[in-house]
Order: sequence, then structure tokens, then C-alpha cells
Amino acid sequence: MEKFTTIISSCVPLNVENVDTDQIVPARFLKATSREGFGENLFRDWRYDANNQPKKDFVLNNPTYSGKILVAGKNFGCGSSREHAVWAIYDYGFRVVVSSFFADIFKNNALNCGLLPVQVSEAFLAKIFSEIEKDPRTELKVDLENQTITLLATGESENFDVNPYKKECLLKGYDDVDYLLSLKDKIEAYEKGRIVFSV
Amino acid sequence: MSTKGKTLFDKVWERHVVHQIENGPAVLYIDRHFIHEVTSPVAFKGIERRGLKVFRPEQTTATCDHNVPTLYQELPIKEELSRKQVQQLAENCKNHNITMFGLGHPFNGVVHIIGPELGLTQPGMTIVCGDSHTATHGAFGSIAFGIGTSEIEMVLASQCLIQAKPKLMRITINGKLGKGVTSKDIILYIISKLTASGGTGYFVEFAGEAIRSLSMEARMTICNMAIEMGARGGIIAPDEVTFEYIKGRQFAPKGEAWDKAVAYWKTLPSDPDAQFDKEYTFDAADIEPMITYGTNPGMGMKVTDAIPENEPNTKALEYMNFKPGQKLLGMPIDYVFVGSCTNGRIEDFRAFAQIIKGHKKADNVTVWLVPGSKQVEKQIIEEGLKDIFEAAGIPLRQPGCSACLAMNEDKIPAGKYSVSTSNRNFEGRQGPGARTILASPITAAACAIKGAIADVREFLNN
Repeated sequence: MEKFTTIISSCVPLNVENVDTDQIVPARFLKATSREGFGENLFRDWRYDANNQPKKDFVLNNPTYSGKILVAGKNFGCGSSREHAVWAIYDYGFRVVVSSFFADIFKNNALNCGLLPVQVSEAFLAKIFSEIEKDPRTELKVDLENQTITLLATGESENFDVNPYKKECLLKGYDDVDYLLSLKDKIEAYEKGRIVFSV
Repeated sequence: MSTKGKTLFDKVWERHVVHQIENGPAVLYIDRHFIHEVTSPVAFKGIERRGLKVFRPEQTTATCDHNVPTLYQELPIKEELSRKQVQQLAENCKNHNITMFGLGHPFNGVVHIIGPELGLTQPGMTIVCGDSHTATHGAFGSIAFGIGTSEIEMVLASQCLIQAKPKLMRITINGKLGKGVTSKDIILYIISKLTASGGTGYFVEFAGEAIRSLSMEARMTICNMAIEMGARGGIIAPDEVTFEYIKGRQFAPKGEAWDKAVAYWKTLPSDPDAQFDKEYTFDAADIEPMITYGTNPGMGMKVTDAIPENEPNTKALEYMNFKPGQKLLGMPIDYVFVGSCTNGRIEDFRAFAQIIKGHKKADNVTVWLVPGSKQVEKQIIEEGLKDIFEAAGIPLRQPGCSACLAMNEDKIPAGKYSVSTSNRNFEGRQGPGARTILASPITAAACAIKGAIADVREFLNN
């Protein structure tokens, strides 16, 4: 996994609540057996019409907005557990998603893939949206070490939560599987006392 | 110091903590792991890249369900990418000594149908699968939740997961259910009250007289949709109904092991003085047959209600082509889908048959009946339900996830209305542009007969 420290970037605003993972990547695009190339199908049905032509009114098709930070409405990533949703967002080029609320499975999947979910207050989220509306080049600074997110133009800032274990993993580019493998003796010892009712 | 009572969730969780990371999550041991063709291939690639074999292959069970056709399953899968995914799963299982119930196998079916049906799902277990509806298995008093592909890789490599302990919520439904009200209506009602994100960060224990009165199939429907209010999972205390359901199933404990298991399972229910982080109580008498009118499962209402005048989600209403204040009763529909891990069990088809018996489906409606598993399909045939369906003009299809997520050919065309017993009414969930109205199997049957949104109570004797 790539290390994550600090990102300064302009943003792509998606002011929609309850964005489910079926919208992030529809089920018919989950047929691949590798994790590459999902960015093409990110928000497929919002981004392209039935003839595969870009829908002009969708934000990813609007050249005014670009950057490594996706800013979205409350309850982002709800629904299906598909990690493909995270792969699609990452593959498209985003490294941070900002929202006032994330669905649990999505949040775990994102952290496991090096995509940082930054949960901010409703008020700060509204502030970010209004700043982007005023100036599409509005930049955010996301500092994982200090757990802060800052609107560079105004200097307004908020702290965000991140599980200390996952923070360490992201900062160092560590991997959960390596960590679990290092616990093999403990796991085997646990198994000796485990409750099992055989057939 | 007073000793605090423990919840069912606490008891199961604590028994599975292998290691507690300081100020961090726990390393949680997983008893049972289910896999399917869509979310597992990249996880196998991951462990192979590390030069690993699956750590405990006997604790993983595979099925193919998401991608499979529901007609002519005996022939090779036509769609190339789907066929490749199914083949890849078979190959991965063979290479890693994992039991797989492939297409056509008498135990094949939707992952959350076959686990309980085979007795692989038992109280007190930790159960995971790369599918958010793994919450279903919580109906047995197990901790069951959906995981992502990176987490599948962790389980394959170590039989463990790194998980933060969620907060606990209890939802109590007191009283008795009214006529035509099923467990699907209970859960749609709860989600309509708590919203599609009301349970995020929580595991939910469902309790109360109305829950206790339900069969295992009906309890599974409730836990299945816990994820639709954002909860990681649902859990229901095991009782005699649970034990009776498990007893004698293929992989259930037998003989002396059975007695020991039941004695242990009886210790699991939450202690009377157990504390929850949040509690809600509802009265069963307030619940009526439910439908959804929007594009998330929280947008639900009584089938006889009108869409709220002040509904803020105008994007959803636009997608559905509905207006605030509109009543849906009597509105023509195009499709009815009965199936999925929510309502694809034998009891669901019995309930559908009870309503449809002696009627014909309306001419304007296409009805897809998709059993949740080969065993459900077999029971449908043996119990004569298939004959009832055919007399109503409805053929029976073969098992799979089908139009619940429309990964296979079973797609609802754009703009069409589908009354569906599945779990999600998201935009495009049942096919690009499809408009989904979630409902119970008996409401779906009433809609199939009328060719329109209908109140099933019209079809019930007093």
C-alpha cells in the first residue's frame, strides 16, 4: 500500500446524500477478476447516458472541477460491501473522500486500500461546499499526522478522527495481512481453546 | 464493584478476541467464512502473490450466486465474463482445498440462504463474507457481517480480521403483528423510522414479543436488512425456534455434540441488566404492509399512504417519476421479483403461493420467481407450489441472486416499475433506469394479481 502523509489539492464536489456503492460502481461492472481499471466505471450511470455519452451536468464531466479530493454528502458509501467502489475512486485519482458521515464497510475498505475517509462536521462540510461554489479552485489540505483538514483560502480547520492503528498503517504504508501473519502463534494458541461443536 | 450484565453481542465478541491492539481495534477470530465469485478473486490473487496457502480451508465454504443465469443452468454460462468469474472461483477453491457448491450442486444457492439451510450457520459463531447481507446470519445469535475484499484476504491468510468493536443498539418490537404484516414490513418500517443511516456505527439486537414470535426464515429477513439502515449487522437471541431449525441439518452438531451445543447456546442471550448504547421501542400494532417509494430503503411508507408532501429527496422522486402527496395504491406496475437473500427462502414461496393460489397474474406484469437455493427449488417442486405458480401463469426460474442486483441477464428495463422482495431500491440496482418498489412476498403476490400496487389484506380472510 502507498504511504499517505499530507495532501494539498483542489476538490470535486458531489453534494448528494446517501451515495450508495451501486452508484459508485454498478454491479454489472464487477465481473473483473483483478482490481485494475475500475476508474473508467466510477459513477458510470451518473456520468454516461445509455449511449455511453458523457452527461454534461455531472460533476466529473465538468472541467471546472478537478483534484485528488472528493467532497460528498452525508452517508457516503452505503449499501453493498463491494471494495470495487474504493478501487474505482482510487483508480480515478482520488486519495481522500470528505463527508459528514461514512458507511462502516466503505470506511474500512477505504482505509485498507490507502484512500483516506475524512469525516467532518455538517457545518464544515457545508462551508467546504460553499467555498468550492465561490471558487472551484478552492484547495484543501489534509494532514494525516496531525489529523487536520484545512481550507487553505480561509485558514479554517477541523480535526478528524482516525483509528490510531490504521493511521500508523497509512503513514508507513503497512499492510494488515503482514501484521496478522506476525500473530500466527497467538492465533494457533487461541484455536486450541476455541469452542467448536463438530458434526 | 457491581458486575454489569453482558449483551449477546459482548459474549460472542469477547470469546473471539485473539489479541487486543492497544488503543486500537481487536484481532477477531472468524469461525465461518463464506465466499462467492464476485468479491473473492482479488483476495486469492493477494495471498498467492504473498506465496501463502489458505490458513484454514475447512472453515471457508464457497458458492456461486451473484453472476449466474436463472435459466438453463445446465448449459455453459453464455456471458463470457460471468463464466470466467465462476471458473476462477472453482479453480481457486480447488487449489486451496475449499469446499465449493458450484452451479447444479444440490447445495448450491445464494450464500446467505445456503449457510443457514445447511446448518453451517450456528449461534455464538463469528461469520463473515464479502457481501453486506452477511448480516442475515445474525438471526441465529451469531456475529455476522459483510467485509471487503482486502478483509477476505486477511481471513484467507489468517482466519482473523482486524475490527473495532461497534456500538450496540437494541430495537424492541412489542405486541402482536396485524393481518398481512410480515417480517419484511417490520424491517421496512424500522428503516423508515431510523433512516438509511440511522444504524451506522452500530450492531443491532432485535428483541421483543413480535420478534420472538417469528420463524427463523422471518428473523433472517430482519437481520438481512439491518445493513440497509447502515448497521454492520443484526443479531437475535437464539431460542427453541433457533435450535429446532438447526437440528438435523447437514452440518449441524449431532448426538452428544448437539446436547453440548444447545447447552452453550442457551447461555448466549443478553443478561437482563445488559446495557445498550442506544434503545428504540416500537409497537407491532403500528406496523402495516409497507412499500418503498424512493431510491433508498429508508424511503418507505404504508402501502395505503401517500408520499409525504414535504419529501426532501426530490432527486429520488424524479428518478421514480413520483410526486409529493401521490398515493401509489392502484398504480400499474410492470415486473414482480420474488427472491434474493432477503426473501428467497421456502417460507417466502409458500406465502406467495398462498395468495396467488386460484388467481392468475395480471397480463401487464412479468413475474420472476427465483428460489434462493437448489434445496428451496426442490422443496417448491415437492410441495406442489410450482404447480400453483404455473396455474397462475408464472414459471419457476433457477436459483441465484438474479434481479436483486441484476449482474446476470435478469435486468428490469429502464423506466419500468418492479415490485421486488429484495433489499435495495437504489437507482439502477435492478438494471439501468429500473424503478424498484420494495415489498414483502405476499404484497408482491397481491401486486402480481392486480398488475398494480395492491394491499394484500384484500386477499386475506378474516
